[in-house]
Amino acid sequence: MTVAGNHAVPQAAAAAGLDAESAEWLDALGGTGPRRESALARLHEMLVRIARGEVGRRGPRLRITGPELEDLAYQAAADALLAITGKLGQFRGESRFTTWAYKFVVFEVSAKIGRHFWRHPGVPLDAGDWDRLPGRFGFDPAREAEWRDLLAALRRAVDEELTPRQRAVFVAIVLNDVPLDALVIELASSRNAIYKMLFDARRKLRAALAANGYLCDDSSRRS
Amino acid sequence: MNGWSALDRFLRTDPRDVGCAQAMDMLHVYVELVAAGAPAEQRYPGIAAHLSACGPCGEDFEGLLAAVHGGGH
Repeated sequence: MTVAGNHAVPQAAAAAGLDAESAEWLDALGGTGPRRESALARLHEMLVRIARGEVGRRGPRLRITGPELEDLAYQAAADALLAITGKLGQFRGESRFTTWAYKFVVFEVSAKIGRHFWRHPGVPLDAGDWDRLPGRFGFDPAREAEWRDLLAALRRAVDEELTPRQRAVFVAIVLNDVPLDALVIELASSRNAIYKMLFDARRKLRAALAANGYLCDDSSRRS
Repeated sequence: MNGWSALDRFLRTDPRDVGCAQAMDMLHVYVELVAAGAPAEQRYPGIAAHLSACGPCGEDFEGLLAAVHGGGH
């Protein structure tokens, strides 16, 4: 495996009183020659192990099995290794080096699972399946008379209070059950941006339902 | 939990929520605090609020915590 050298080992991190193991990782990965190659091989092996553990942990909830999961773990580890070596200079020594490094592989697993979602097309992004909403929140069908007006009010608020972009995000995630990370890829956006849109949509919808007496108005409390 | 409270809980937002970018930037620090039994929620309430509301970030938190507990060794 060949990874471009990165000699920008953070002096601040090195001077920040790192634990011995983290300092050793930084020193070896920031160096050259066989010692660096050996450190890269060890790091890659660890990343593969973490990636396998992570896809195994998430696997039962995914539509991914067997060799595909193994491929996903290896790709995540390889991409994480590239990211880590490219960002070595950003390690600030706030945690052990390995914890910081594991974060990259966990993120890569998330991103790859998000991409994998679209291998099974058939999820409409524009039309929401409102019939699924009662089940999504556990409303008892036998007591529909009690919640029918609430969900009708929610639907009105989605149509009238949200921006088109907020509505699209709400419909995809809440009604069509599209994972947020998959929506990030479909909309060429970021997790932070999509989350913020959904956050603002939730706040608006709750305010609308509270204003109409469907939910408790706790605006005097933190909401 | 019935439908009303589940919907209410989903729609309720916490102004302390720092969002994905900030939470993920500090996730390794937060996870080490949790793994060490330190009061991470008190030290970083905005990250704690975010992780309890954001499914994907919560999943990453659980994954990193499992990695730290399991170790790569």
